[in-house]
Parts: sequence; structure tokens; C-alpha cells
Amino acid sequence: MFSFFVIPFCLGVVALLVISILKYYHWIKQFDRKQQALVRRNILSWKFVPALWEMFRECLLHWRITKHHVLLGYMHRSLAFGWFLLIVVGFVQAMVAYPEGHHFYVAIFFNYFEPRSTVSGSAAMPFLAHLMDALLLYVFSGLTLAILKRFWSKPLGMKRTTRHNLTDRVAKGALWCIFPLRLLAEGATASIYGNGGFLVLAMGRLMQQIGMADPIVEYQFWMLYSLALGIFFTLMPFTRYMHIFTEVFLIYFRKMGLRDSNTKSGYTLFELSACSRCGICIDGCPINRELNITDIQGVYLLKAIRNKDVYNRIEDISKMCMVCGRCSTECPVGIDLEPIRRQVRAEHVKEIDRTEGYQYLKSVHSFNAVGRVAYFGGCMSHLTPSITHAMEQIFEAAGQSYWHMDGEGTLCCGRPLMQQGLVKQAEELRNLNRRIIKKSNATMLVTSCPICYQTFLHDYKLDIPVLHHSQYIDMLIQRGKIKIEPSGKRVTYHDPCELGRGCGVYEEPRHVVAAAATLLPTQEERAKSLCCGFNLGNTSIDSNQQTPIRDAALRNLLDPNPDLIATACPMCKKALTHANRVAVEDIAEIVAKQIKK
Amino acid sequence: MKQIAILGAGPAGIEAASLLASLGHPVTLYEKESEPLGNITDKAFLFPNFADAQEVAVTMRAKLDNPNITLRCNTEVTQLLPSYIAGFQEENLTGTPVWKVNDELYDIVLLATGYTPFDAHRKEELGYGIYPGVHTSLEMEKMIREKRIINSVGDSPKRIVFLQCVGSRDEKSGNHYCSKLCCVTAVKQAIEAKKQLPYCEVYVFYMDLRMWGQGFEEMYRTAQQDYGVNFIRGRISEAGGTFDGRVQIKAEDTLLGRPMKMTSDLLVLMVGMEASKGTRELATQCRICGEYGFAQSKDPHLHDCQSDAPGLYVAGACKRPMTLSDSINDGRSAAYEILTSL
Repeated sequence: MFSFFVIPFCLGVVALLVISILKYYHWIKQFDRKQQALVRRNILSWKFVPALWEMFRECLLHWRITKHHVLLGYMHRSLAFGWFLLIVVGFVQAMVAYPEGHHFYVAIFFNYFEPRSTVSGSAAMPFLAHLMDALLLYVFSGLTLAILKRFWSKPLGMKRTTRHNLTDRVAKGALWCIFPLRLLAEGATASIYGNGGFLVLAMGRLMQQIGMADPIVEYQFWMLYSLALGIFFTLMPFTRYMHIFTEVFLIYFRKMGLRDSNTKSGYTLFELSACSRCGICIDGCPINRELNITDIQGVYLLKAIRNKDVYNRIEDISKMCMVCGRCSTECPVGIDLEPIRRQVRAEHVKEIDRTEGYQYLKSVHSFNAVGRVAYFGGCMSHLTPSITHAMEQIFEAAGQSYWHMDGEGTLCCGRPLMQQGLVKQAEELRNLNRRIIKKSNATMLVTSCPICYQTFLHDYKLDIPVLHHSQYIDMLIQRGKIKIEPSGKRVTYHDPCELGRGCGVYEEPRHVVAAAATLLPTQEERAKSLCCGFNLGNTSIDSNQQTPIRDAALRNLLDPNPDLIATACPMCKKALTHANRVAVEDIAEIVAKQIKK
Repeated sequence: MKQIAILGAGPAGIEAASLLASLGHPVTLYEKESEPLGNITDKAFLFPNFADAQEVAVTMRAKLDNPNITLRCNTEVTQLLPSYIAGFQEENLTGTPVWKVNDELYDIVLLATGYTPFDAHRKEELGYGIYPGVHTSLEMEKMIREKRIINSVGDSPKRIVFLQCVGSRDEKSGNHYCSKLCCVTAVKQAIEAKKQLPYCEVYVFYMDLRMWGQGFEEMYRTAQQDYGVNFIRGRISEAGGTFDGRVQIKAEDTLLGRPMKMTSDLLVLMVGMEASKGTRELATQCRICGEYGFAQSKDPHLHDCQSDAPGLYVAGACKRPMTLSDSINDGRSAAYEILTSL
């Protein structure tokens, strides 16, 4: 069973397999030591089971996209799951027809090789043919939505879509041709032999009526179908469609515990290719929403890295970002964009001269704080002294002895440097802080700044508990160490990016606000909260650009008409304080005012 | 007879009202506070000639004693709309719009709603409202007027630090403009402080010193030569409290290129000028709101007292930061413009 038209398809499949295997082999070889060890330890563990479930749920059903927008999820699902089932049922068809075995391409071009199956084959054949047609119709519904989205994306919940490059567009064209060509090819066969399900037969009758029932026409259509498949498969490893297979691997590696490191590793390469460039990250991005800058979002960062930065823009792309983390929480593939951005920044950052700048580090000393809480206000809290004052009042009210670690000599936590890609310098500061904390024998670290909290929590690996002050105050309230009289003020709460999306702390500050006042919900909160615009993560933005981002966050907070805006970050507080109609206070200040004496 | 309303009984409003009234035109002068005169009442002495501000205030107050002036204190104007926006029908014979001020109708309205000092609480890093030794320039003016310059524990201060540009020329607070008179006010206050406390050290931290007016440069030189006031180019990044109620500041001397720390009894924040609440709201209502909430004049050179809305005039610090003498002159110009239109 052979016809020349199967050659483009077969060549495409071989190309796809060879290139993909080579690429994957190459990437796996670039795993760093830690990643290698994790793979070795976990490759045959039970973690495969949840990974398999996630692969099914995300790669085929596109569950996260469905949660983002139902119709968009349907579009992705019908194309992915529909096509997958077409292939599976196709093989079932071939197996039923040839129990003794067959060439693999026969399953793909089944109607051509077995035109009489529905007429004279086994009893299951007509059912399978109808099923195949139903699946094809399912895929068509998704294809229609995909074409609609190309010209009018709003009904699919997307204000902006990704701009693709030429190879992506050619591959997309080939992909879009595959399914109509398949219907035409099967219809041409049906016009001669009268086989196929309801859709194919209808197509066949139509073609018969317009005089296309001709073996030469039939052959042409099958050839075109095979060509479309061949082109798509050959281009796949070089385009965004590489995500189809890569996401499967990424899910497995992630379940094994692999994460991005400070430098580009094999895992990063898997993440780069797992991005389908769906563009969901674009709409939420504050830089898109408020500044209309639409070429720096996660999708374009990954694209620029993957395309070896042909347009020489990667430095600008990596710097123009608030590092608010909104894109990472919305990414349906779950790609962690912040470390990747940091890697790019680190490649382009100018080393700073530390000989003079770090002189002050020598003057910072430890303090004997046995049995005490070490309190780290952070550099930003030095600019918002009412927060540190409020914390001091709270410590005193709770009868907790504390050590204001950065009250006099201020030491940076290192995260601002880290965000700029100055990894080594940040490490230096971390080591120094770690030593000071260890020497002090403090039993707990409380910080007022979510930027510091994030790095103390994730990067320091301290052996004492690390708490943000919202968590600490919540604990004090719950254990009855401080008593609070609610003020009756109506308050909206602004989720700081670093605390919410960065560390997943959403509930504790809300408990605290609710204990001291009346908490009002806002439109966009928790994981969907808006950046205050003054995040340290972006050094290439100017204040004229920061203000519209801040104003958007303020609009959201002022919408329920509160008496007071609460936040839990000195940076956000400073940002929101200007140009507001309503007072802005940190939760510590709100609590300190309401403590029952 | 056309009906004229003047909103705001500050220097510009009073001057315009008295000029129109003296020429026989009845005017209604609205003032939200219980007393007219606006921001002059806070001042002790006026630059550059150290004239007694209260004497000037008395003279200004006397100008209001005219039967043609109806002064309505404690009356905040919340509504200012022309007939073409509000949609009411009454128009006068010449076809210019009639203005609705609260619930009364006028042919001509002069907006002289002025400025408000920048709220220093917004620059939290400078510790205003947190540390007792931190004051605004207004509070300093009051201490000078009362001849009672004291630190947080009630003693004579040994050191006073002035900081320029608090809330002006400041991107962070959103005010990119220069408030124009804080430079010379700090020089004036530094000299006054030295006059009252000769042994007190006085420092002024500045970005640029803009001594633009007549006699200003001479005042600046006198402050250095005769009074020994120290001027340091650089901004204060943060203020902190000490256990004895003083203020510790961190700054950078940008001429030496060095960070510095200093402890002072008093830190005086030279707060800038912002559009007052009335200016902001009324200018927005009648669609002449310009940058930073100030009212926008028709043309800065030829028609600076007219606005784009016919029958609506603008005068004084509701347009931009202005000194007292500028405001008085501007009120007079506006009165002249109104007279020519009658």
C-alpha cells in the first residue's frame, strides 16, 4: 500500500522527530548539576502520575486557558484535543481494517487506502467514520474561532494578540490548511467510492455534482493534504508550535522539582520552547494597559531569546518591566518569567564598582538578640518612618522584645540588585545579612517590606522563621497578644506585587485590615491586583510613565469609595500617597492606632 | 448693569473688587473662610524689603470698605457653570453666557481662588507630622511672627536646617514646576531667624537658588555675608528622630560629591504651592483646568486674565505660583479687562 503523495508527510514526520530529538537531547545535556540530580532522583518516581494528569489537562484540555476565558479555552481545546482524537481514532480505524498490521501513514490517509471500508468492511467502520467526521467538525469549530481571533480577538477575551514572525505565520497557514484539505481529499475519494461519514459523504456528493469525481482530482487533494502536513511538521521545531511537545516535557520536569537558576540552563530552554505565544500575558501587563507599550511582554522576551535576539532589542525588552509578576500568574503554561528576565538582565548589566560603595558594610554590626524578634524595616521603610514607628508600638503592645536590625546602620536585603541582574553583588549582601542574623541569635525575623520579605524567604535559607509584618500582626491578633478595637472606617486593600503574587500572602493582611476596620473588596485584587507603578524592578521607566500605572491602581482602589486605602508595602504606600483624594496607610499604622490599651 | 462675581477674597480678588467698586460697579466677593485676605494672614514679613505683612494686610482689608462690594464670607462656591454647559436659557442681550455661581446668576465671573500650600505629610521620608522638630515654612513664619522660635522641648534651637523644593520640582510628588517664591522665602526666614537668634547655626539645602526678583540676589548675598547663613547644594533624602527630640538628616552635598549626616533642632520644609481645592474643582467644572490643576488663561502674553470661557476671568495664584505683589498686580489687570468688556 503506497502512493507517492505520502512522501511529503513521511519526510515531515521524520524531520520533526529527528530535529526534536536532537534539540531535546541538546537541552537536557545543558541541565545544571542541581537539575540533573533532581531528574535522576525523580525520573521513575510516583510524580509521573500527577504529571500525566497535568499533561492531559493542560496540553489537551487547556484547562487554565478555559479558566481564563471559556471561549478561548474551547478554541485551544478543540484544536488540540480534537486533532489528538482524530489521530487516535484514525489509528483505531486502521487497526480494525488491518488487524495484521499496516504502514503508519495508512492511518493518516485511511480513506484513500481503504475506500470500501464503510461499504463492505466490518460493522464498526461506519460508526468510526461518523466519529471521525464529528471530530473533524469539532476541529473546524475551533479553526473558525482561531480565524475569527486573528481579525477580531475581543469575543475570545483578548484585547491584544501576539505579533508573529514569518515562519510562525507560514506554519500557522499550513496548520489552518490541513483540516479543510483533509475534508476536500476525503470528499474527493467519497465522490468516487461513496465512503466516509456524514460530513465527508456530503462533501463527496457536492464534488460529484460539480463534476470533480475524478481520480486525478482526488490524488491532487491528497497530495496537497500531505504537503500541508509535511510543511507543518518540518517547520514545527523552528516555530512556536514546538510548544505542543515541549510543554509535555516541561510539565514532567516541573513536577520533578526543576526550577530556573540564575543563569540560562537546559530547563530555561524547555521553557522558551514551551511558550505557545498565545499572548495571554499581554493584556494583564500594566505597561501594555497604561502605557500602550506592547512589545516587551513575556511572550516577546521569550521570542527574542529563542530567536537569538536578531533585532538587538532584548536588553530594552528585559529592562522595561515592572517585575510585578502578573504575566507569570496568567501564563497558561506556567512559565516563571521573572528568573528568565533576570538572566537576560544579568547578561547585559554593567558591573558596579563596589570598592567605595560597599565601605559602609564594615560599620554594620550584629546585636545580641537572644529570644528576641529581629525586625528588618528595609530601606524603603526608612522613607516611611510612620510604618516603623507603628511596628515599634505594636511590638511594645504585644510585650515582645525586639531588635530593630536596620534602625541605625542600614543594610540592603539584596533584592533590588538581584532584580537588576547583579546576582553576585546581591549574594555578597545576603551573606553579610545572614551572618549578622545568625550571630544575633534572634528567634524570628519580621520585615515590613515585601521586597525584603521575598528574598529573605526564598533566597536566604535562614533557619529561623521569616514573617512579613502582616503575618506577624495577624498571628499576634489570633493569639490574643494584642487587642484591637475596629474603627469602622471603610478600607480598600492594595495587594503589593511582591507580597501577593511574589509570596502568595493574600489572606493575612486582609484578616488584619478586617480586624481593625471594614474591608471593602475591589474589582482587581489578589492575583489580579494592579502594580503601584513604582516597583524597583523597572529602571528604564520614567516618572511620567509611572504615574499612569499608579493612577490605574488608584482608580481600582477608590472605586468602592473608601475612607482609607491600606497597603502592606512601604513602596506602594509612597507611590499611592501622591495624587490621591484618600489617605493611604500601612496595615501596621492602622493596627497601631486601634490597639486597646 | 452687569452682575459681577469675584471668587476668592485673597490679594488678587480684593484688588480687583476694590478697583471695580471704586469705579462704581457693584461686585459680589465670595470667600470660603470666615475672614478675607487669604494666605497673607500667615505671613510675618515680606521679601525683599521686610515690610510688615500685617500692615499690608490691614491696608488690603481697608480696600473692602466700599458700599459697592458685597462680601460673603463662609460661602464656599461649589458650582460654577455657564449657561452653555449647564443648559439653562437665560442669556443677556449681548449674547454672552450667563454664569451660575452656586444658585445665583452673574454676567461676569472672576476666578481668584488661589493656591494651597503643599501637604508636607506626603513627603513622609522628611518626617513631617512624625518628628516634633520638623516644621513647614508656614509654621516657621508663625514662629517668626510670634518671635518664639523654639525646638521640640521649648528651648532656643542651636541649629536650624531649611530644605528647599518640598513638593515643587519634584517628579515623585507629581509637581514638576517651580513654586517660584520658596527660594527667597527661605533666605528671608533664615535672615529673620538669625536676627532673633544670633548664635543659632542656619543651613539651607537647595537644588538651585533662583533669585529672580528685584533685591533677591542682594538678600541672598547679605544672608551669607552679614548673617553667616550656610547654603549647601543638595537634597535631604531622609529625616529621622533622635532620643532628645531633634532631627537627624541624611543628605548629599552635591558640590563636594559626598553624603552627609547632620543633627538639627529644627528642620523647616519649604513647601511649594499647589492649586487650591476650589481652583481645581471650579476650573474643572467650567473646563479651563490646565496643568497640575491650575486654571488655564487664554494666552500667557496677551490675554493672561481672560479664559477660554466667555465672561470668565482668571487672576492670581489660581493660574500658577505667584508672589503677593504679582497677585495684586494680576487682580488689577483682571479688573481692567473686565472694565473694558462692560
